[in-house]
Amino acid sequence: MRTVEFETIAEAVADAAIDAGRVLPEDVLAALAAAHDRETAPIAKEILERVIENARIAREHQMPLCQDCGLAVCFVRIGSEVRVAGGGIADAINEGVRRGYERGYLRKSVLNDPLKRMNTDDNTPAVIHFDIVGADELTIGYMAKGGGCENMSRTAMLTPADGRDGVIEFVVKTVRKAGGNPCPPIIVGVGIGGTLERAALLAKRTLLRRLDEHNDDADLAALEAEILDRVNALGIGPQGMGGNTTALGVHVEAFPCHIASLPVAVNIECHSHRTRRIVL
Amino acid sequence: MTDTHILTTPLTDEHVAELRAGDRVLLSGVVYTARDAAHRRMIECLERDEPLPIPIDGQVIYYVGPTPAPPGRVIGSAGPTTSYRMDPYTQRLLALGLKATIGKGRRSQQVVEAMKRHRAVYLAAIGGAAALIASSIKECKVLAYEDLGPEAVRRLVVENFPAIVANDIYGGSVYEETTECSD
Repeated sequence: MRTVEFETIAEAVADAAIDAGRVLPEDVLAALAAAHDRETAPIAKEILERVIENARIAREHQMPLCQDCGLAVCFVRIGSEVRVAGGGIADAINEGVRRGYERGYLRKSVLNDPLKRMNTDDNTPAVIHFDIVGADELTIGYMAKGGGCENMSRTAMLTPADGRDGVIEFVVKTVRKAGGNPCPPIIVGVGIGGTLERAALLAKRTLLRRLDEHNDDADLAALEAEILDRVNALGIGPQGMGGNTTALGVHVEAFPCHIASLPVAVNIECHSHRTRRIVL
Repeated sequence: MTDTHILTTPLTDEHVAELRAGDRVLLSGVVYTARDAAHRRMIECLERDEPLPIPIDGQVIYYVGPTPAPPGRVIGSAGPTTSYRMDPYTQRLLALGLKATIGKGRRSQQVVEAMKRHRAVYLAAIGGAAALIASSIKECKVLAYEDLGPEAVRRLVVENFPAIVANDIYGGSVYEETTECSD
């Protein structure tokens, strides 16, 4: 049995929230730079230049990359041999979010109730997903998810007859419909299979993958490449003002499903892609 | 090459008549902030015949909910939020003389038509360039709805705030090439 203190988890989450809010990951910066070099439209080039400059200013001046500092989404992998001392793990994560958003001058964007709509003033609760794994692992995939891009995400219960082409069409249509709203260049997370909620969960979780990593399955990796080409051919471009960079990457994850079903979920992420992997 | 316009608020019909979709703008002067919840309250105000917390005629509204100001700064990061969510409220404000809105993403056809009718423009700021944009904001004061936190109405003084004319008064748009599809 391994013991991890409540305080250790809370502080690790607080640090991740602050750092993710201010420092864009290397793989995202590299993808933005590559997109900037590839773009030919002056307005697209100019926007990408500003986005890259923004990342530099945020890092140097320790300011949030975006005023929408997101809702904290955590994918926890906890081993059955791990015991959290001093409180529950969900409470520890929420305490970390509370501290990080306060200490880092991050915007609190979470409301207590979707209909009553009062701000909780500390950006909690986080949305937390748990995976119970073997041994003594404790890792948290942390993501600060913006509202503008989350709003452009969609799910569909396709039929088996729709097949691979149907999946591609649905993803492309979702991105096209989103246009400039989710702050392109975007990152597209696609979950295929499982059930309604499993597909959505896969679509979100796959956004944690690095931009330069592809699905291990060759067929799914090919699907990722094909969707990326299709999406970039839409011409939406940075901020929806035209160009050949609508997406920086497409990540696909699949799961077995029912003989009657073909669920698909598309989770759209903005260029301000704020993730951290916390290993405890 | 597109033009860059140096503009100071409040804006007049003559100012906006000069602007064409795709032009760059450097805006200075007072702009007011309002997003979802503040718009809702302002429209409720109008329905009750009560005065609005901000002047509208000739003014500019920026759709933003900034991050808290750290010590030594007037404001935190302050980029635009997605504008379509304000579409249901915008025509009412355009009819009162609102001359420009600043946000990101395309507007509804009704708002585009209303902007032509009332001679107003829609300016796009770069979404996600919030730290960069903050450097053009020189003053910030909460004017109303303080309980809304980041959604409170603020009075900003900006200097050379960078934006792109997304919709002009002639029906021109930077988004035209990406036609929205229906389900």
